Amino acid sequence: MSADQSTPSPARGPAIQVRGLEKSYQKLHVLRGVDFDVTPGSIFALLGSNGAGKTTVVRILATLLKPDGGTAQVHGLDVVTRAARVRESISLTGQFAAVDEILTGRENLVLVARLRHLSDPGRIADDLLGRFALTDAAGRRVSTYSGGMRRRLDIAMSLIGDPPVIFLDEPTTGLDPQARLEVWQAVRELARQGTTVLLTTQYLDEAEQLADRIAVLHHGRIIADGTLAELRQLLPPATVEYVEKQPTLEDVFLAIVGDTGTGSTGSTRTDATVAAVRPDGTSS
Amino acid sequence: MTRHFLGDTATLLGRSLRHISRSPDTIITTAIMPIAFLLLFVYVFGGAIETGSDRYVNYLLPGILLITVVSGISYTAYRLFLDLKGGTFERFQSMPIARSAVLWAHVLTSLVANLISLVVVVLVALAMGFRSGAGVLGWLAVTGIMLLFTLALTWLAVIPGLTATSVDGASAFSYPLILLPFVSSAFVPTDSMPGPVRAFAEHQPVTSIVNTIRALFAGQPVGGQVWIALAWCAGLLVVAYAGAMAVHHRKVG
Repeated sequence: MSADQSTPSPARGPAIQVRGLEKSYQKLHVLRGVDFDVTPGSIFALLGSNGAGKTTVVRILATLLKPDGGTAQVHGLDVVTRAARVRESISLTGQFAAVDEILTGRENLVLVARLRHLSDPGRIADDLLGRFALTDAAGRRVSTYSGGMRRRLDIAMSLIGDPPVIFLDEPTTGLDPQARLEVWQAVRELARQGTTVLLTTQYLDEAEQLADRIAVLHHGRIIADGTLAELRQLLPPATVEYVEKQPTLEDVFLAIVGDTGTGSTGSTRTDATVAAVRPDGTSS
Repeated sequence: MTRHFLGDTATLLGRSLRHISRSPDTIITTAIMPIAFLLLFVYVFGGAIETGSDRYVNYLLPGILLITVVSGISYTAYRLFLDLKGGTFERFQSMPIARSAVLWAHVLTSLVANLISLVVVVLVALAMGFRSGAGVLGWLAVTGIMLLFTLALTWLAVIPGLTATSVDGASAFSYPLILLPFVSSAFVPTDSMPGPVRAFAEHQPVTSIVNTIRALFAGQPVGGQVWIALAWCAGLLVVAYAGAMAVHHRKVG
């Protein structure tokens, strides 16, 4: 762990602390001793290819799965022995938007607010519909929503009750570029308000765009963990290459479509120099 | 954890009932097969079946009611499977709610949906000439037995709902159950069957339940059959509930 620089030392310890986490499915050794800490209020990206064990880590942290070995704590509460308490301070947004298609968007939000035993579920729902630009679609069944709208509703449902820790499991997998920007915008907004976000992703640019800290999960172990700057220092200084900077197809697409979702900025997407720096040790 | 059990169950029941009210086709399709059997047996085969009762539809209806429930409970497995597959189940389980409320809501929804299907089937039977000598108490007793039977079978349906790997798998478990009434006193009296078949027919749960309901509808004394019927239902309920809870526990820890 190289938590020495640039991360402000938290007063109340890490929001999430994982030590020596192990999990096997029959013969498949998915997690082989995973360690990491997540600072309160930060965005932490668990980066890895398919099958690296990202979802398993999230399911253990969300109290849906028991580890075979090691410990995991959320706000100092063990996810196995204090599972009920942990559930009060977390929220899970799984790999597929877990929204109820037959209900309307508003009914989905009211349902979760009721299950979190909050007073005035209707007002909470209306607030979130406004925040996630879903007010116009509030009374429509979710089966009529686009992928991006579903994901926004999904994330909005996760925010009900203001859980201090949110898990986002591959929040943008399967989304079109515009929807992806919408989700990124929502995640940044969360962190700005002090929520701790742990997200898993297989997209390098997503981790780079969003995360304060990135851990690379590979074959069941964390093989690198640090800020983007720290990870870059793992490699020899970049050699200067002259590359003609073409706009990416995504830039072109977004420019001609002329829509970048819910007010997110197009300017963050013009850096096309990312991929050349990666070593090819990871078989993604 | 159990602090919120009733409230959470009520909230989730409201959700499932909305599902039903927005896709009433699930109730219609539940009732279609039993009604088809009713028509087929009364108007095609019925004339050749000697039951000793004046109207074959009076003889037939109790068995048809059981078939209605058997075809209805597969929707519980189906809905539960969809919740699991879509991630809704995990969302609920990762929230600070009474975890078993998720299952109870599906089970209570099944009771409501099957009750509606049963009413539809009874109305069709009445239109076909079904008449009952049962009073209010008799009808209440029939309703009670049917609800107990539905409750037991629904908990059974929870097991494939939680363990199935495909939609087909989730609902296919009920097919063999639909055959049980055919090897019972539901369609024909058991004394016309050859020895071993008759022995099976007379000692499987459907016969005692059908005979009890038939006696209640006819306004006759139910005799010892009712206790056998209730014992079957209660036994099945206990076994199915324990099985479903064990699977649920393994699923969510």
